[in-house]
Amino acid sequence: MTLVLRDVVKEYAGRRVLDGIGLEVGRGDFLCIVGASGSGKSTLLNLIAGLEPGTGGAIELDGDPVTGPGPERGLVFQSGALFPFLSVAENVGFGLRLLPLPAAERRRRVEWYLSEVGLLPLANALPKELSGGQRQRVAIARALACEPSVLLLDEPFGALDVQTKEDMQVFLHQVWQDTGATVLMVTHDVEEAVLLGRRVIVLASHPGRVAAELPVPLPARRELALKRTPEFLALRARVEDLVRGHAAGRV
Amino acid sequence: MTGPPPRTTPAPATGLPEGTAWPAGAAGVPGGAPGERAAWPPLPKRAPRGGSADGGSRSGSGGGSRDGSGSGLLPGRLGAAIQVARLLRRRSAGAAPGRWRGRGLPGKARWALRAVAVVVPLGVWAVVSSLGVVDPTFLPSPAAVAGAFAEMAASGQLLSDTAASLGRVAAGFGLAVAISVPLGMAMGTSQVALALLEPVIGMLRYLPASAFIPLLIIWLGLGEPSKIAILVIGVVFFNTLMTADAVRAVPGELRKAAATLGATGGEVLRKVVWPYALPGMLDAMRVNAAAAWNFVVVAELIAAESGLGYRIVRAQRFLQTDRIFAVLVLIGLIGLAIDVGLRLARARVGRWAA
Repeated sequence: MTLVLRDVVKEYAGRRVLDGIGLEVGRGDFLCIVGASGSGKSTLLNLIAGLEPGTGGAIELDGDPVTGPGPERGLVFQSGALFPFLSVAENVGFGLRLLPLPAAERRRRVEWYLSEVGLLPLANALPKELSGGQRQRVAIARALACEPSVLLLDEPFGALDVQTKEDMQVFLHQVWQDTGATVLMVTHDVEEAVLLGRRVIVLASHPGRVAAELPVPLPARRELALKRTPEFLALRARVEDLVRGHAAGRV
Repeated sequence: MTGPPPRTTPAPATGLPEGTAWPAGAAGVPGGAPGERAAWPPLPKRAPRGGSADGGSRSGSGGGSRDGSGSGLLPGRLGAAIQVARLLRRRSAGAAPGRWRGRGLPGKARWALRAVAVVVPLGVWAVVSSLGVVDPTFLPSPAAVAGAFAEMAASGQLLSDTAASLGRVAAGFGLAVAISVPLGMAMGTSQVALALLEPVIGMLRYLPASAFIPLLIIWLGLGEPSKIAILVIGVVFFNTLMTADAVRAVPGELRKAAATLGATGGEVLRKVVWPYALPGMLDAMRVNAAAAWNFVVVAELIAAESGLGYRIVRAQRFLQTDRIFAVLVLIGLIGLAIDVGLRLARARVGRWAA
């Protein structure tokens, strides 16, 4: 197991947001976490990224406990959080620049990831010149360039319009297949979770806890056309019911 | 969302005690609500925008025939006004009439307006001083001021005084920036530094630097150190707080993103906080450079043997108002040059900003 969470608890001022979260993510897996608002799914991702300390429980990556943020757990924000003063290529190379890496080697890697996300022609552009989808591509390339053991995605396509979002889903699936990365994605979009995940975890709200874990028995190769198949629709409906059922308790 | 008084929602659904806020007929009675709604008076209309007074000036730039109607304007101003109006009309011919969309003022019109802003006061000055209503000892004519300027420049006085003042500003302002930028960075990034420094600096900022002059002369004497100290006192507190604000404006997500890419605290500061806050810090410096330029003249007015402020005091002793005016114009021009320089630097550094 690459990433292991055991009985993770998080409290803010005595109020419990996450309660006894346990999950395991194997190498090369694609795990999606869905839940209504208040399920603490973003908090969970922050804990795994090491941006906040947990109140209890253990988070381990490759056997080592997580104590702080690090490039082996790259996090992609909904906003992209690109450095606006750096060009696209410099953004992608940000993490590599912190490592003792020869300039030529760094350039080679930046170019590879830029071409992987289809942005080589925009290498010298500034983030303000990019569209929302292009920004998220840069953010994903920037995290992947550090070759993380697990790539954490926090609602990465939540701010995009529907068409761009679907393009980005196809894109992310392709990148995942090309790079063999381990991905843990948090989303409130059940359709997205079912389309991309090999497994889907449903979080209940107030406090956030694992309500259900479902395998996604769809073909390995995910395409948008899949969204219209009866198997997909049935699974999606089931996950939606679970999300709704576990959110309604406290509304 | 819900408009003012008459609400058609049944009272129980709102969770409020029945019959408290809503008019009696609105609750409960089915079909009563729409009936009541039909009886509401129509919403009043707003007066149309761009009517009489406002619209006149707008349509003037949009293609009316106002060229000759600049009644009440001074001769010089009339010509300029006509020119601006013509420029504006030419520019907006293709767009919606009478409005500048998107880009704001066209470049030529902006320069024309700037020229108006310089030429008009000069013209008023020339007219008033030539009418003879004011004694030239109090208000010298522009020509006399130009003459005094040329005379002082030829003798080399102006150059050496300017150099002395600029040298003090460079030392005092430079020292203030060197102190305030690290302090501001600390206050902007660390809660501890903020709690420690903000009350003190917030208070010190309100003490006028010129009030320190007597004390500084006692402490440091009449030489250069006391003048530089006044500059530092006048600039350092403001610049610290403004730098802290610029640093605080760095989005937390950027710092987090850098941390998840492997950056240490120091690297986040150097590679994220610093470049992001730099344009804002330059803005602060631009504002405070003007203050520094003010304080150096104040300091020189009181005790100095050189500098532009000293030159003003000297001229005062001999009632040479034309020389005072000449120095004032020079002070203004140098201030403008500093401002433009810092603005250009800021535009260059802040190119990335949307």
